[in-house]
Amino acid sequence: MNKNSPLALVFHTAFLTFMLAPLVIICLVAFTSKGYISLPTEGLSLRWFRAILDNPHFIDAFYLSVMLGFVAATIAIALAIPASLAFARYDFKGRDAFMAFFLSPLMVPHIVLGVAFLSFLTKVGWYGTFIGLVFTHVIIIMPFALRLVLSAVTGLDRLAESAAVSLGASSWVVFKRVTFPMIIPGVAGGWVLSFITSFDEVTMSVFVASPSTTTLPVRMYEHITETIDPLIASLSASLIFITMIVMLILDHFYGLDKILVGKGK
Amino acid sequence: MAQQQNILTSTRPYLMSAPALAIYVGLFLIPLIMTFMLSFYTFDLNKGGILPGFSLKNYAEVLGDPYFHGIFLRTLWMSLLVTFFCILLGTPEAYILNRMSNRWKSICMLAILGPLLVSVVVRTLGWAILIGSDGIINQALIGIGIIDTPIKLMFTMTGVVVALVHVLIPFMVLSVWASLQKLNPMVESAGQSLGAAPFTVLRRVVIPQIMPGILSGSLIVFALTASAFATPSILGGRRLKVVATTAYDEYLGTLNWPLGAAIAVLLLIANVLIITSYNKFIERKYAQAFK
Repeated sequence: MNKNSPLALVFHTAFLTFMLAPLVIICLVAFTSKGYISLPTEGLSLRWFRAILDNPHFIDAFYLSVMLGFVAATIAIALAIPASLAFARYDFKGRDAFMAFFLSPLMVPHIVLGVAFLSFLTKVGWYGTFIGLVFTHVIIIMPFALRLVLSAVTGLDRLAESAAVSLGASSWVVFKRVTFPMIIPGVAGGWVLSFITSFDEVTMSVFVASPSTTTLPVRMYEHITETIDPLIASLSASLIFITMIVMLILDHFYGLDKILVGKGK
Repeated sequence: MAQQQNILTSTRPYLMSAPALAIYVGLFLIPLIMTFMLSFYTFDLNKGGILPGFSLKNYAEVLGDPYFHGIFLRTLWMSLLVTFFCILLGTPEAYILNRMSNRWKSICMLAILGPLLVSVVVRTLGWAILIGSDGIINQALIGIGIIDTPIKLMFTMTGVVVALVHVLIPFMVLSVWASLQKLNPMVESAGQSLGAAPFTVLRRVVIPQIMPGILSGSLIVFALTASAFATPSILGGRRLKVVATTAYDEYLGTLNWPLGAAIAVLLLIANVLIITSYNKFIERKYAQAFK
């Protein structure tokens, strides 16, 4: 095993500090007792965490974002499962073109999607509706859902399916009783990544959010452009805590690097 | 990869991808086409806003106005800077990570990849709290007495670039790390045992083999910086307008949707052109690495 040189370890420590500093500082500032951004030098206070609960603005947006992520991720997965099975098992004309088309939202900057969705939703009268918001998020998270479900389907052992077929099961029963239970782990990973992607999305949502359909990141963005106060820090710190728990669960079951390796492409 | 015993059911794959296809055509393709058409419309407040028609006026305005040139050039320069620093810092970090013991590696991976799961708004807020004129860094430096007046980082290119490197560098580490996994450590040892200095091994053996990872990581970082919105908007403000924040202002500020659409179309075309030509270049140069 090669050892890292001391110089490399100094670099590594500096790098980790750089990565964690902004998140750590948010968590520290969140505990301040003062009315402005400052480190909690005079003892920790939960004042600003209580203040979140007095802000229905943020609470409502939080619930909306959770609902949105839940519905959008479920629809995306429901669409991705049959499509992935088609891609993994059939060699059909236009297969590569379909695949490229399904992954193409990754190539479109979110700002462009935001512009396009705003015009579209206004035109069809869906602007400011939950259903309109859901469909815009489905498009954004489909590529991630598709990729993770596809990798679960591709690695599948087909012997059990053949056995079920030879015992006379219909194709729907084979899917329900054999295939689906086997791909659940991959599907669950895809669902969680889809949910998080939807929950965090801000650039596109800023365009399509109306006063009644403002997601949490959009509400936070609007708040930050006006004022940066300990309230937004305590809210962000709460989100960091929640994310850390989800992250540890994801890492335990899947390995974070495996789930995220295609996120940027 | 794809083979199927029963050829009889040839319509089945189409049926299986039909629901997803319908959603994509109705809610992705049509909105994009509508935006493309909208970019040829004109906008006149005196005549009631958006006027349908076909005119190249918006494109002429964006491509001919030095104000928009400045915005596009600033976005390009920002993307190049962020990509450069992500390569400079992310590549060695991935290499160091790869040489650590498994236990440390997985803990450090969590610290580096974890921020990807936190909203970019939160991560940008962290930098705003750190570098603001009454932010923590300035409070500390003034408190110790090193400086009298706050250092100006908020609303500067430096501040935006630092924060964007922080936001996007996990993609670079991940990409290089993935290509390091394919590297056989024996090759490195062979180089050393043949008498090469560590730096020579790095330069002649390691770097050429992880080049595909560096290049694909750069592409991700470049494309995401070019269309970044929240970070330049919060840390750069009105003084450091980029393409994304300009499109936002045209849409929601001045309500000139046709002009905003034209900016979006140009951004999309530039993005797709850069991604496809870069991919072609990588594939040609490193054809064997992708087999």
